[in-house]
Amino acid sequence: MTRTGSTSEDIAVTTMSTQSGSSTPLMPPPALSQKLKWSNGKIAVVLLIASEIAFFGTLIATYIFYIGRDINPPYPQDVLEVSVAPLKVVFNSIFLLASSIWIVLAVKALAAGKKAAFLFWWGLTILFGLEFLVGTGFEWYGMIVEDGVWMGTNVFGSCFYTLVGFHAFHVTMGLIILTLIWVLAVLGKVPPRQIEKVDLISWYWHFVDGIWIVVFTVVYIIGN
Amino acid sequence: MTVVQQPLSPAGRVPALSRLHEWVATTDHKKLGVMYVTAGLLFFMIAGLEASLMRWQLALPNQSIIMPDDFNRLFTMHGTTMVFFVGMPILFGSANFLIPLMIGTRDLAFPRLNAFGFWLFLLGGLLLYFSYFAGQGLQGMGSAPDVGWFAYAPLTERTFSRGHSTDYWILGILLTGIGSAMTAINLVVTILAMRCPGMSLMKMPLLVWILLVDFILVVVALPPLAAAQCMLLFDRSLGAHFFDTQAGGSALLWQNLFWFFGHPEVYILILPAFAFSSEIIPVFSRKVIFGYPLMVAATVAIGIISLGVWVHHMFAVGLSPLVNAIFMGSTMLVGVPTGIKMFNWAATMIGGKIRFHTPMLFCLGFLCQFLLGGLTGIFLATVPFDWAVSDSYFVVGHFHYVLFGGLVFSIFAAIYYWFPKVSGRMLSETLGKWQFWLLMIGFNLTFGPMHVSGMLGMPRRIYTYHTERGWDLWNLLSSIGVLFQIAAVSLFAINIIRSLMKGAKAGDDPWDAWTLEWSTTSPPPPYNFKDIPVVHSRRPLWDLKHPDDPDWKYE
Amino acid sequence: MLIGMVNFANSMLASLIASIPDPGIPSAPTPTMFNPVGAPADTILDITWLLVGICGLIGLVVLAMIFFAVIRCRQPKGDDTEPAQVYGSNPIELAWTVIPLLIVFVLFMVSARGIFDIEKTSPPDGAIEVRVIGHRWWWEFDYGDFATAAELHVPIDEDKPTDIYLTLESADVIHSFWMPQLGGKTDVIPNRINHLWLQVAKAGTYVGQCAEYCGNQHANMLITVVAQPRAEYEAWAANQRREAVDDRAVAAGKHIFLRTACINCHTVRGTVANGTFAPDLTHLMSRDTIGSGIARNTPNNLRAWVWDPQNIKPGCEMPSMKLTREEVDLVCAYLETLR
Ligand code: HEA
Ligand code: HEA
Ligand code: HEC
Ligand code: CUA
Ligand SMILES: [Cu+2]
Repeated sequence: MTRTGSTSEDIAVTTMSTQSGSSTPLMPPPALSQKLKWSNGKIAVVLLIASEIAFFGTLIATYIFYIGRDINPPYPQDVLEVSVAPLKVVFNSIFLLASSIWIVLAVKALAAGKKAAFLFWWGLTILFGLEFLVGTGFEWYGMIVEDGVWMGTNVFGSCFYTLVGFHAFHVTMGLIILTLIWVLAVLGKVPPRQIEKVDLISWYWHFVDGIWIVVFTVVYIIGN
Repeated sequence: MTVVQQPLSPAGRVPALSRLHEWVATTDHKKLGVMYVTAGLLFFMIAGLEASLMRWQLALPNQSIIMPDDFNRLFTMHGTTMVFFVGMPILFGSANFLIPLMIGTRDLAFPRLNAFGFWLFLLGGLLLYFSYFAGQGLQGMGSAPDVGWFAYAPLTERTFSRGHSTDYWILGILLTGIGSAMTAINLVVTILAMRCPGMSLMKMPLLVWILLVDFILVVVALPPLAAAQCMLLFDRSLGAHFFDTQAGGSALLWQNLFWFFGHPEVYILILPAFAFSSEIIPVFSRKVIFGYPLMVAATVAIGIISLGVWVHHMFAVGLSPLVNAIFMGSTMLVGVPTGIKMFNWAATMIGGKIRFHTPMLFCLGFLCQFLLGGLTGIFLATVPFDWAVSDSYFVVGHFHYVLFGGLVFSIFAAIYYWFPKVSGRMLSETLGKWQFWLLMIGFNLTFGPMHVSGMLGMPRRIYTYHTERGWDLWNLLSSIGVLFQIAAVSLFAINIIRSLMKGAKAGDDPWDAWTLEWSTTSPPPPYNFKDIPVVHSRRPLWDLKHPDDPDWKYE
Repeated sequence: MLIGMVNFANSMLASLIASIPDPGIPSAPTPTMFNPVGAPADTILDITWLLVGICGLIGLVVLAMIFFAVIRCRQPKGDDTEPAQVYGSNPIELAWTVIPLLIVFVLFMVSARGIFDIEKTSPPDGAIEVRVIGHRWWWEFDYGDFATAAELHVPIDEDKPTDIYLTLESADVIHSFWMPQLGGKTDVIPNRINHLWLQVAKAGTYVGQCAEYCGNQHANMLITVVAQPRAEYEAWAANQRREAVDDRAVAAGKHIFLRTACINCHTVRGTVANGTFAPDLTHLMSRDTIGSGIARNTPNNLRAWVWDPQNIKPGCEMPSMKLTREEVDLVCAYLETLR
């Protein structure tokens, strides 16, 4: 081994490990607290949502790209029904969006230490989310069985089921997590000091709702 | 600060099985880092072997050592492996190992998520290679995907790619991609929230800054690939028509989606190289990095611009002249922040007192070769020139200069530099210098002539060529170069094994360096630091070694 | 894997026994961009030299900085002191931000003009227009009233270069049409129609090949462009327009040809053979090569091809038709009359 410069003995003297603990003689002006106010969890959830936006952004861009490019029917306007009737898409959407309000109330309730109110609002969020899923299920049933549109029917079919399906998948994941928290709360395992985690889950839920507004606009309004 | 009470290193012999268990079950960022890099290096050997076979077939015209479909599998596997299973794991491995040490903390924000990310990556890699056994379904012959590393549709559709080999390509990369995105999130959180007291963003080592930008790129660029791969998977398994040109799908959509990921990906791969060099060059020049704030700004600029240049991989697909011109502009623009980095590194060296240890040699190799690769990148960005050489060996030459000459050279630099910290032992300088010079010769001999054969009209991804085309000499030179490379890489392997067994003890700070990782023992204890350090400048150990003239006075 | 290895061993063995029968395009110059024979290729070469100049200069400057440091800034032996620490310099850093920006701007302006010059969206006056269809792994050239494969013939006049305006379509996957001496390349994409402007100023034979990976035999998807004096070209075209000759002497071979599945894929105009999947064989013998340029069109090669194309172009879309030796001879005798 050929090394020029300081020998390892020199180094041992100058490294910190040998003198850690001893205070450094020179202290600069103490501008030390540059730590972010945000907790690890918050940053992580924001980043997770950013990556989810990139994911959905790609699916949505694809959807937009194919609008009006299909070479064989059925076209969206033949099968998509923008209706406010129960279990139809506008109705479902209202439920999903409303659930975002309930979850805010739930988080507030938990922050205030009101367990019963928390359970109520949180439960309502789950029910409303569930309605959305069931409604989507009915819509799909109608399209698949009655209109005979599936992934392979045409490009519209591919885009529609992929985009709406991935969204529904995220709703499902959200519901599973929400239910888990609800059960834990019933068991008394969600004390108010866990507020941050609960709050972060609500962020995710807001994201799922927000993305739906975009999906809805693209699929049912622009693409129709 | 509470002090974690643990023995410095487990004394006595530990049975092999429990040692294995310790590695498999670990959530320690250092162990995971070592595992990432080791896996990456093993994949490098495999992919290098694949490349060597290709070069053997191409050494002379009209050879049929390797059948065309086998050749096509080789370059697909070579490219895919090098990008996803060599570059990426080494990025995550080195970040895993270094970042907590450099920012003075004890582990990543989410250690178990970190371990999960690693195992997803490994699973993905094994799945990709499992295709060699099962690509055609378990009954038939197995074989690997043969669609090229960017898997252009509609070649990947069921009509043209039967069997399951392409599905393995999709799933392998999808899994790794999910793991990478999670690990990147983990690392960003760690960097943003867990720095030791005193380390404001502008006092982070440059390596940490560059990797921070890198991980943010990973977070935004990998999901689009995942989405595109899901669509392709649906095409192949559910009969969807996203990229099925026979049923109204679009071949260009895949290209757009892939390169929207693919271009940021190549910067994801080169940023670690910038990161390593930004630490190693100053230490061996004995000078503080020149223009730290501008280096940070340039990194951020590279990250942002790289999201808007993807069409330069599609200049030949017949887009309108206006679109081509716009993306030519954005692509050339990326040369400016990259140039800033080159100049600043050079300025760091000028006026220094350079010590030519192996890590520095590899950094110098990196500088010269990346310069050439970057300049040929500017050539390619110039649309009319790209029309002449796109999809030719000129492109192959370009990206090996940036990927091998840039990334891999700096990986070697990093390994020579941090190996003492990781293992507590020095690598041999003699072997290192031999490796360096053999690699310099071999690398340039292999990839230099490719620019020529490309301009003489040789397309890439061809398994053979006629002698009349006049490419014989250049291909022969390329293939001879590989022999030097094999020798060099073998020396490297020997060096590692030799050092692990009987390398000289390294001590805590063999290079007389300045960042926090050198303030703890080599190898660092499981908890990294007995006391969480407090820093006042970008070079805490400089302050410590020069109490009379500390850094924070000048920054 | 095991099977893969056996395959590998097999192919190694095969490489010792069989090699491609006298391959080759009739001698044509290397398809180099440094020997352009038309305006687009000229423009590209001009821009190339500009790039070499500018980037070469930049490269030299940076290399000079690096080498200056390496040579002049070594650590002197025995000197353990640290050099002066320089943290940066605003004017210098500004300089190497702004100067590259200016260079990029100049480069951009010059090359942008090149793009608009070369990328023509409508055919120039008097251009010869051909529809090019990429198939795995051969090229179809559709002149409107006849079609041929692999070899593109264009007329050339004494006084001025011939413009070639190609319409590019694909029958299956993406290919790319690349003739380095005549211009740039453009991809040939299914479900999309592209155009490519080339120009040839000198009579001669030029070669190029498919530049986008398109599967197994991508390597042998070769292109030949024959630029010939206008009279010669007209004679060639007139011959191409005719239906296939019908020579009584080879009736037996013709019978086998028509009886075999050949006709599902190949066309021979004037017979029932009207397949569009494979090259039009109406004037097969007017081509210098077969298999899209993989081998010369000699009687031996033709025989070998019809016997088993997989020996010559492994993986190509034409199967061995399992004809007997005699049948192959008869069929080839027939094919050889298709001039
Ligand atoms: C590590 C990976 C890496 C990096 C860093 C780069 C960097 C660059 N690349 Fe490269 N590239 C690849 C990996 C990479 N590339 C790969 C893998 C492919 C092929 C993919 C495939 O098809 O398989 C590819 C292909 C590719 C193409 C498409 C070619 C084609 O297929 O037709 C183009 C075209 O524009 C291009 C351009 C550039 C440019 C402009 C840069 C710039 O970032 C370079 C910037 C650097 C410099 C310019 C040098 C230093 C600067 C100065 C000294 C300042 C002064 C300079 C000027 C003012 C000009 N690259
Ligand atoms: C990080 C990226 C990276 C690296 C390091 C390399 C390294 C090498 N590459 Fe790679 N290459 C790519 C990324 C990379 N490549 C990509 C992305 C493509 C495009 C793929 C595509 O078209 O889809 C490509 C394509 C590509 C081609 C073009 C194929 C074609 O278009 O037909 C060629 C041809 O020569 C080639 C050669 C080489 C060689 C010789 C090396 C060498 O430098 C390798 C050196 C390493 C070794 C030689 C290993 C030595 C091994 C030992 C010493 C151990 C011996 C082991 C045992 C006995 C078990 N590469
Ligand atoms: C399944 C389709 C198919 C059938 C059946 C078929 N061919 Fe072909 N043939 C092809 C294709 C595809 C090519 C082009 C191969 C290439 O260049 O990659 C080809 C090429 C040829 C060529 C070379 C033409 C050229 O210009 O390159 C000849 C000659 C030929 N076939 C003769 C025959 C004869 C004779 C038969 C019947 C005995 C036959 N083919 C049956 C698909 C077929
Ligand atoms: Cu056609 Cu490659
Ligand atoms: Cu790119």
